[in-house]
Amino acid sequence: MKKVIGLAAAIGLMTTPLVQADSTITVSGSTSVTNVMEVLSENYKQTTNKTVEVQGTGSSAGIRAAKDGTSMIGMSSREVKKDEMTTDTKGTVIARDGIAVAVNNNNPVKNLTKEQITRIYRGEVKNWKEVGGENKPIVVVTRDTASGTRGAFEDILKLKRKINGMKVSAITATAQVGNGNGMVKTIVANNPFAIGYISLGSVDSSLKAVAVDGYKASDSNIAAGDYTIARPFVLLMKENVNKEAREFVNYILSDAGQKIIVDEGYIRVN
Amino acid sequence: MNTCTKTNDSGISHRHTPKPDRLGTFFHLVFICCAMVGVVSLATIAWFLFSEGLAAFRQAGVIELVFGSEWLPPALFGIFPMIAASLISTLGAVLTGVPVAVLTAVFLAELAPKWLADIVRPAVELLAGIPSVVYGFFGLVVIVPAIEVLFNIPAGNTLLAGIIVLAIMILPTVITISETSIRALPPVYKEGALALGASHIYSIFKVLIPAARSGILTGVALGVARAIGETMAIIMVMGNAPAMPGSILEPARTLTANIAMEMSYATGIHASALYSTGIVLLIFIVLLNTGLLYINKKRVH
Repeated sequence: MKKVIGLAAAIGLMTTPLVQADSTITVSGSTSVTNVMEVLSENYKQTTNKTVEVQGTGSSAGIRAAKDGTSMIGMSSREVKKDEMTTDTKGTVIARDGIAVAVNNNNPVKNLTKEQITRIYRGEVKNWKEVGGENKPIVVVTRDTASGTRGAFEDILKLKRKINGMKVSAITATAQVGNGNGMVKTIVANNPFAIGYISLGSVDSSLKAVAVDGYKASDSNIAAGDYTIARPFVLLMKENVNKEAREFVNYILSDAGQKIIVDEGYIRVN
Repeated sequence: MNTCTKTNDSGISHRHTPKPDRLGTFFHLVFICCAMVGVVSLATIAWFLFSEGLAAFRQAGVIELVFGSEWLPPALFGIFPMIAASLISTLGAVLTGVPVAVLTAVFLAELAPKWLADIVRPAVELLAGIPSVVYGFFGLVVIVPAIEVLFNIPAGNTLLAGIIVLAIMILPTVITISETSIRALPPVYKEGALALGASHIYSIFKVLIPAARSGILTGVALGVARAIGETMAIIMVMGNAPAMPGSILEPARTLTANIAMEMSYATGIHASALYSTGIVLLIFIVLLNTGLLYINKKRVH
């Protein structure tokens, strides 16, 4: 008798997730988007009682998952390339994230051109005086090669080169490497000669974001497209995706969803 | 080594005298299972590393991977600069940390007045309990700026900063084990030396330290293992540039830092290359341990 009850219980436990799966919305992709997506899904669950399962696997994996249908929604923190898309996949921009180029508070440099930043990161410009600053060496700080922020930064500033037919980073190998926004921030805040790049949402008074091509790194300049070191957060869905996923994306684009995006330090699109 | 042979002997004698003692057999099994946990873990880790890392070896080639000097995933996976950084930082930490540690151990065991030893010993033991991320933070806000000022260089996140932090981190291990082994020496050694007219300091350097060297070497071995395996503190103070450092005043990336920094988002062959970094690290530690076992064995004979 005990065995029968145990077996029944086991079967019951095994099938519950299957029953629930109908109302679970699966989302996977960019780890940068995952942070804000988790907050959105929690709020969505509170208002509608629908479960959203979020997995951070990286932008490329997210795009692939949406295309194959392994996830209902794919997340990408960069522009989706044409050849990555199929005709029945649709991308929706839900937020924008700026990448701030930051220097120490004691550094007099206020403005850099994209060209200058590219040359600094390639290791061609080594002294602040060449870009309008003091006669001091430049300490270049970057993120690790697997970071999404670094990927977006390299794409936007054309910091890529080809080796053996594969695209690799062109950032100088002698640059200091921080593993996370926080560490890049600490290094730049403590070193008067340093330059680093971090998510705009992480900029605070401990360091100074420079203007790029004359435009300050502000939400309005990014929304207007004037500040160009910015990346979109894109959600990808197949056209025949189910109603629940569609409703969830509509919720993100609604006023309540966009407010959460602003609270998390990103820029709203609606 | 002696303890090792002893346990083997007793194990064999148990098997030779079969007893219908169920509780005994049960505990015998429990002991075997416990003893196997470590072995099984090691085997699983090695198997896992090799199964994941072989793809990178196959694509890049062993020579290119181990002796290549450029780390540019997904095209080039040269980890030679990181091997060099790991070896230099560990060697530097041992060269600076071990003399300080051994002298501290002698001081605690032989020279310190009781009240002073009661302050120094708990302090050293506390040092062992401090998490490595705290060492890293300390290095970042104290040692790194100090190096910038002392050597007048733009960035203090250098190999030297890593060496200093590691030297401090291995202190408690080496001190505790060395002190224990000096205290464990039979009192006749010291008494004999003093009776022959040697001074206290002379007997310490010529009799006590040589007599305790097997224990001190064990402490050094554990210190080396800690230094080569340290990750978090190193990531915070060494700058992590994957280029070959020209001097100890340049940034460098160790093998462990390479794995920890890039594992989170790496995919495909890039992830595999990180596992192969782990294989290289594992081989290093195996070589290191066999080397020390060999030295200890030689000393005993």
